[in-house]
Amino acid sequence: MDSAENRKGAAIEVRDLCRSFGRQRVLDGVDLDCPRAQITTIVGPSGCGKTVLLKHINLLLRPDSGRIMVDGTDVTRLGGRALDGVREKFGMLFQANALFDSMSVFENVAFPLVEKTRLSRGEIADRVHETLGAVGLQGMERKYPSELSGGMQKRAALARALVRRPRILMLDEPTTGLDPARTGSIHALVRSTQERFGLSVVMVSHDVPAVFEISDRVAFMHQGKIRLYGRPEEVRGAGDEVFDRFLAGRASGDESELSAAG
Amino acid sequence: MPAIRMIERLGGLAIDWLLALGNFVLFLGSAALYAVLPPYKVRLTIRQIRIIGAESLFLILLIGGFTGMVLGLQGYNTLRRFGSEGALGTVVALVLVRELGPVLAALMVAARAGSAMAAELGSMQATEQVDALTVMAINPIQYLVSPRLLAGVISLPLLTSIFDVVGILGGYVIGVELMGAPGSSYMNGIAQNLTGHDVMSGVCKALVFGLIVMWTCCYKGYHAERMATGVSEATTEAVVLSSVLILAWDYFLTSVLL
Ligand SMILES: Nc1ncnc2c1ncn2[C@@H]1O[C@H](COP(=O)(O)OP(=O)(O)OP(=O)(O)O)[C@@H](O)[C@H]1O
Ligand SMILES: [Mg+2]
Repeated sequence: MDSAENRKGAAIEVRDLCRSFGRQRVLDGVDLDCPRAQITTIVGPSGCGKTVLLKHINLLLRPDSGRIMVDGTDVTRLGGRALDGVREKFGMLFQANALFDSMSVFENVAFPLVEKTRLSRGEIADRVHETLGAVGLQGMERKYPSELSGGMQKRAALARALVRRPRILMLDEPTTGLDPARTGSIHALVRSTQERFGLSVVMVSHDVPAVFEISDRVAFMHQGKIRLYGRPEEVRGAGDEVFDRFLAGRASGDESELSAAG
Repeated sequence: MPAIRMIERLGGLAIDWLLALGNFVLFLGSAALYAVLPPYKVRLTIRQIRIIGAESLFLILLIGGFTGMVLGLQGYNTLRRFGSEGALGTVVALVLVRELGPVLAALMVAARAGSAMAAELGSMQATEQVDALTVMAINPIQYLVSPRLLAGVISLPLLTSIFDVVGILGGYVIGVELMGAPGSSYMNGIAQNLTGHDVMSGVCKALVFGLIVMWTCCYKGYHAERMATGVSEATTEAVVLSSVLILAWDYFLTSVLL
C-alpha cells in the first residue's frame, strides 16, 4: 500500500528465541526473518514447535530469552496500549479455528470490525459478505460454527482473520483437512490477497510441497530450530538429509519416525 | 534428610496456595477495574443479566415457594406450642429476608448459571477463543468477565427479592390457609416488625453473594486446564467453592450486619 510500509526489510524478525515448557525445550534458539509483503511458510514435523513459534510472534506467549521485532521495533517486552497497537496489525488463523461458538458465521467475521472499527452497519455487512464470498462461504452467514464441516470452519476462521485487512497475516495450517481442490483455492486466495493488499504473511503448513508454489520464503523447523531457510527452490535443493526425509515422509503420508525424533 | 524434604514440600505447597490466592484476588481486582473503565459493555451485561437473572427466575420461584411453605408448616407447629401463632408472618419474613432468601437464591444461581458460566469460559479457553480475543487486541477479562460480574451483582438482589416475596406468600398459603393461623396478624406482623435494616442487610448479602458467585465461577472457568476433563473439573470446583464461600461469608456478614 503506502511506500513506507512497502520499503525493504523484514516485517518480523525473530532472534535467538528460546522457550521451554517444564523440562521440554520447545524453541531452542529460533532465528527467522519474514520479509515485508511476502509469504513466509514454516514447515516441519508435527510437534516441532511451529504453533508455539507463531504464538510467540503474535505475542500470546512470552519467550524465556530472545527477541521479536515487528516492523523494526522490539515488541518482546511490550505491554498495555503499546502491545494492543502492535496487535492491531495482526490477523491470525488458529490451528483449531477458535471461532466463537456462541456466534453465527456472520457475527464471527463481523466481530473484529464491530469491536475495533467505526464502520457503519451497512459497511460491515458489505465487507463481511465480500470476505465470505472470497473464501467460498456465501450463503452460510446464519450458520453456527458447530453446524459447519471442518473445512468450512477453517474458511470462516480465515475470513475472520482477513476481514480487517491486517498488515501481517498469520495462518496456522489454513489448509489442513481440506480436499486438494479447496487447498488449491485457499492457496490462491492467500496469494491474491497478499498481492492485493501487500500483506506480510507467516504461514504454518503441512501441505508440502504444494505450498512451496505460493511461498516466497520457506523455513524448515526441526527440533526447536530453523534448520533450513530460503527461497523454496533453495530449500529443496539444499540436499539436507533431514529435510529430504521429511519431504519423502509427507509424500507417503508417514511422519511418525520424524516426529518421534523431533 | 526426609525431615528437610518434608519441610521443603510443605513450604512449596504453602507458596503455591498463596500464589493461587493472590491470583484469585487480582482476578477480581482487574475484572472490577475493567467494569468501570470504558468501553462499557452494556449489551453484553444485559445479555448476561438475561442469562443469570431471567433464566433463573422459574427456579427461584419454585425454590422460594417451597421454602416459604416449609417455613409456614414448621413455624406454625413450633409457634403453636407457645401459643403465639400470630407471630408466624414475622418469623417467616425475617428468616427469609435476612437469611434464607439471599443464601438459597445465591446457591441456586451458583448451581445453575455459575456452573454454566464456568463450563462456557473453560471451553472458550480450551478452544483458544480467549486467545483469539487477545490477538484481536480485545481484553478478555473486560469482554468476558466484567459483564458477568456486573450482571451477577445486579441480578442477585432482584432474584432475592422475588424469592422473599414468593416465600412469604408460600408461608401464608400453608400457615394461614391450610393450618389456620390468623391471617390478618400474619400480614400486619410483617408490616410492623420487618425493618428497613432487615431488608438492607438482606440486600447487602445478595450483592456480596452475586459478586462471589460470578467471581469464583468465572475464575475457575477462565483458569480451567485446556482439555475436556479440565472443563468438567473447573465446573465442579466452581460450584463447590462458591457454595462454601457463600456460607462462610454469610456467617461473617451476619455477624457484622446484625
Ligand atoms: N502450553 C503448553 N504447555 C506445555 N507444552 C506445550 C504447550 N504448548 C505446546 N507445548 C509442547 O510444545 C511442543 C510443540 O508444540 P506445537 O503445538 O508448537 O507443535 P506443532 O509444530 O505446531 O505441531 P503440529 O504440526 O502437530 O501442529 C509439543 O511437544 C507440545 O507438547
Ligand atoms: Mg501446530
